[in-house]
Amino acid sequence: MKKFREALMRVIFLISACISILAVALICLFLFANGIPAIGKIGLFNFLTGTEWEPLYGYFGILPMIVGSIYVTAGAILLGVPVGILTALFLARFCPRRLYKVLKPAIDLLAGIPSVVYGFFGLMVVVPAIRDIFGGYGSSLLAASIILGIMILPTIIGVSEAAIRAVPDSYYEGSLALGASHERSVFFSVLPAAKSGVFASVILGIGRAIGETMAVVMVAGNQAIIPSALTEGVRTLTANIVLEMGYAADLHRESLIATGVVLFVFILIINLSFSVIKRRAKV
Amino acid sequence: MKRANLQSLFLKSIVYIALLLAVSTLVLIVGNILIKGIPHLSLNLFRFKYTSENVSLFPAMINTLTMTLLSLLIAVPLGVFSAIYLVEYAKRGNGIVAVVRTTAETLSGIPSIVYGLFGYLMFVVALGWGYSLLAGAFTLSIMILPLIMRTTEEALKATPDTYREGSYGLGAGKLRTVFRIVLPSAMPGILAGIVLSVGRIVGETAALIYTAGTVAQIPDNIMSSGRTMSVHMYALWNEGLNAKESYATAVVLLIVVIGLNAFSAFIARRISKGKTIK
Repeated sequence: MKKFREALMRVIFLISACISILAVALICLFLFANGIPAIGKIGLFNFLTGTEWEPLYGYFGILPMIVGSIYVTAGAILLGVPVGILTALFLARFCPRRLYKVLKPAIDLLAGIPSVVYGFFGLMVVVPAIRDIFGGYGSSLLAASIILGIMILPTIIGVSEAAIRAVPDSYYEGSLALGASHERSVFFSVLPAAKSGVFASVILGIGRAIGETMAVVMVAGNQAIIPSALTEGVRTLTANIVLEMGYAADLHRESLIATGVVLFVFILIINLSFSVIKRRAKV
Repeated sequence: MKRANLQSLFLKSIVYIALLLAVSTLVLIVGNILIKGIPHLSLNLFRFKYTSENVSLFPAMINTLTMTLLSLLIAVPLGVFSAIYLVEYAKRGNGIVAVVRTTAETLSGIPSIVYGLFGYLMFVVALGWGYSLLAGAFTLSIMILPLIMRTTEEALKATPDTYREGSYGLGAGKLRTVFRIVLPSAMPGILAGIVLSVGRIVGETAALIYTAGTVAQIPDNIMSSGRTMSVHMYALWNEGLNAKESYATAVVLLIVVIGLNAFSAFIARRISKGKTIK
């Protein structure tokens, strides 16, 4: 009886462990099975490089959304990465112990704030500010980049800080012994040694930014046109899905799922490069 | 010499400027939401029923609670069990372990809108559940599964082998050792993972809009649609801006998140204290 129970629970544990494999398989299956036929009907080339998104008139080109996602992600990286890495440097190498006890939970809080709250904050504070300063509607590529830049901060800071802390003290001490100042040692000896970990944090940040939906929808303006200025509206792949899924039917609906497939493939590529870099960095 | 000093000063100042930017952003967000939101927290928001005149938040709060409990009920046993398999049962070099690790890592990188699409296609359409709390809970439980797995794994690994050996030495079997000795000592770590998961559930929107739907009432059962607080905020924006109610909802969400963070910090402190005593 006891032996049976041991064996039974062993099988139950094994089955539980296989659930995540099953989940990934099901996600791939459902997305591809529902999305690929639409791509077939529209034509892969038309779908990926078409610049017109007019589902009611049969135009299903998602290039504006692909470009939109890349633009907002690039904007977020441009704004978030420098601030994030420098803040990580501060936390790891400049911060007094007592201040750290306050700052670390504060950064964690930044990670915990729901994305709708970020979006709402963007809508009430960032968008009006852009409208006042630059004119236009305010809901724009710039607003989305700023909000996303803030949202990826905790990811960049957390992973970079761990990487910087993992650098052996001998690097820092060696640099000091050669006569370099504290700042020089940190920037030119410790930071380069942590570069693959820092790079991994940037990749992770890119994944976050490209997959973010709610905050972007609320501040980006969502016009399905490739923007020609920072203050123009932009629509991302994620926004395209969430905005139209509610009322879409037939090929329109399928094309939205296909948009999800494109996003999913992007994310898989990003994840893959992240795990390759992580393995090399051993963060 | 002077140039080196100047450079050091410059480096130091950019670090401080970056820190100032990061901190002031957080203060601006939290301050703005709290200052503008708290005055809008009226009793009317906590009425039992949602009407178009009185955009009550209360049903969404109840739905958030239901959604959290349902998702945890599904994900916690699965996550904990799979971590037990990975740490306690799987032998070194077991092929399944590598696959499970990779898929769990993949899951944790998938954006919530993709989960939403998948949940819609599988639970809402293919299984025919319709927009329902249950479909939402299943979707979310897959989303938080890797988080619970990872934190439980770490907690199990942190349990010293002497505990296990002691248990075996007293004649306990493997199962008994896992449930009576290893799991209790790993409990704080597991709990920390659960608290993190609650935070993600409460804050989730994109995965729920097309799985649990956006009905603003308390549903009769878990097969009906209901919106959580985060979905409520999105719906308010979508229906035309109800700035007051949105601010009030944001305050409630923020307070929940701050509370959860404080709780997880408390658990983390307990864990590190336990370590120093040993």
